[in-house]
Amino acid sequence: MKQPRSSDELVADLDQVGYLADEGLGTIAYLALAMQRPLLLEGEPGTGKTALAEALAAAYAVPLIRLQCYEGIDATQALYDWDFPRQILHLRTVEATADLAEVDADAVEQSLFDERFLLARPILRALREAPAVLLVDEIDRADDEFEAFLLEVLSTNQVTIPELGTVRATVPPIVVLTSNRTRELHDALKRRCLYHWIEHPGLAREVEIVRTRMPEVSQRLAEQVVGVVQELRTRGDLLKPPGVAETLDWTAALDRLGRDTLDLETAAATVGAVCKYREDIDRVRESLSSMLA
Amino acid sequence: MPGADGVAIFVGFAQALREAGAGVTADRTQAFVEAVSVLGADRRRDVYWAGRATLCAEPDDVATYDKVFAAWFSPEDPRLRTRSQPPPRVVVQAGLEDADEGGTGSGDDQQVAMIASRTETLRHRDVASLSTSERAAVARMFEGLDVRVPLRRSPRRTPHRRGDLDPTRTLRDQLRRAGEPGPLRFRAPRRRPRRVVLLVDVSGSMSAYADSLLRLAHRLVSASPRQVEVFTLGTRLTRVTAAMRLRDAEDALAAAGATVPDWSGGTRLGEVLRAFVDRWGQRGMARGAVVVIASDGWERGDPVLLGDQVQRLQRLAYRVLWANPHRGRPGYAPVQGGIAAVHPHLDALVAGHSLAAFQALLDEVGR
Repeated sequence: MKQPRSSDELVADLDQVGYLADEGLGTIAYLALAMQRPLLLEGEPGTGKTALAEALAAAYAVPLIRLQCYEGIDATQALYDWDFPRQILHLRTVEATADLAEVDADAVEQSLFDERFLLARPILRALREAPAVLLVDEIDRADDEFEAFLLEVLSTNQVTIPELGTVRATVPPIVVLTSNRTRELHDALKRRCLYHWIEHPGLAREVEIVRTRMPEVSQRLAEQVVGVVQELRTRGDLLKPPGVAETLDWTAALDRLGRDTLDLETAAATVGAVCKYREDIDRVRESLSSMLA
Repeated sequence: MPGADGVAIFVGFAQALREAGAGVTADRTQAFVEAVSVLGADRRRDVYWAGRATLCAEPDDVATYDKVFAAWFSPEDPRLRTRSQPPPRVVVQAGLEDADEGGTGSGDDQQVAMIASRTETLRHRDVASLSTSERAAVARMFEGLDVRVPLRRSPRRTPHRRGDLDPTRTLRDQLRRAGEPGPLRFRAPRRRPRRVVLLVDVSGSMSAYADSLLRLAHRLVSASPRQVEVFTLGTRLTRVTAAMRLRDAEDALAAAGATVPDWSGGTRLGEVLRAFVDRWGQRGMARGAVVVIASDGWERGDPVLLGDQVQRLQRLAYRVLWANPHRGRPGYAPVQGGIAAVHPHLDALVAGHSLAAFQALLDEVGR
């Protein structure tokens, strides 16, 4: 894997794959790579936390391995598991085909804990396939116990499977953790990571993001859409202010309808791409005409 | 690596940041120095981002960080600047000094002993009407409250006598017998503690109850530390969960007093509740939780806004309970603007004025 030599180089690399990182994010991502520390990203939904991991994987041509966290996730879903049904099947096959007098019990037992019965889950895969980007998405949804477990793996970059031995990453994977702050993460985990709070981008940058992601969209449409979305974000009476992901969705929807400017009628018809609450949609529809004037 | 002098400057900066209230630890400082040495210390913005990534732990830290950074790395002599730098940490009086001093005088001891024999009476007294020594006695009685944490069914399953078939365990048992079929194993959904969110009104009109309500919060937090969240409502929303996790109730209340900036101020209940639902509730904290709002419902702003916010909460949460100290008074009816607006959206409106009422509230929470 190519190592960027400075934060500017990293920003340029990300730019190549269509992710526009600002100075702060660029510097912190560079530090994460250089210091080999996990990167903890927090921010409003739709500000590009997950997209950064995808962009890092694309920019350095390494696989992206994603671990989506949820309540009750444990080591068997994050690390590895044994394929019990296949092991049973294997035993039955040995029993049916071999001459029982000649079967070596130890050897049969050994063959049960073989690589082919091992189900590698995301973290084990990331350690084996490194260099790779390991995205631990929405870590705040997982339980405390899982956080402690993750901390252990991240600080040693190795995993011990009692029946097989220790798996160690030759190159530590690039780890990106994202959180929506539904609960406070444990301080031990936070200390291990580099922290960054992603803000919504400014007007000019968001237009740039839309143009980079969708070059086929006219500059005028991009500016109009971003203008409206930025206004929606600042007015503060919406239940869920739209993120960059919603801007992109809306632009794509308008583009699909063949519009190259934003008119009132189409905007009112497609507002469901930006707002996902009935109350929000009503409020936005009421004020669309003044915003587009 | 920067030279020894350089390191001293950066370590000093980290210490100044800790003085200013950010949670800076030694290993964070070390990570900061390492980050600076990776980026080089010649550019101001590199140092800025290196510190922000390593020394900040949440968005609230960033404002403090910016202030201290600007002061520390200004063109002037840092030593002259920093003496005045750490912002004043105003410790707001938490209304518990009375309780602390209650048992110290020897003349009081006798009185306390007498009161202890009247525990049952005390249990039903309105906490706002207690004298200092009675209050101290009641404060000790919070330990005796019986807390049942509400449970929910988790998606994970656990071995159980009845339920649906557990193929993994059944197969594992068979494997142990080299494949011989045996008894079937079953599993049932696991029960886990449900999240409880307490929103305690600490405005002026509630000041007589705020102390007791926070003691109640502390009791709940110590029963289920990871699943109970506590916020105070006043002119702004303050999260005091961290303070409430301290083991000793007096320490916890003192820490909360130092955290909450708007003790005994005004209320903008509707707006503050909206801030809670926007910033925490909707993101997941209130989802499936038991939300308890402890307030008298005196809303200076628009009661419609308050009603809307409670309705939003009720759609997110498992149950929304409202503890109103006035509910315990004879002849009370929920007709005032604020409480009338929220009443249709509540699962229960309970009293919250005496120890017995707190026990009733806890029973309602654990239901």
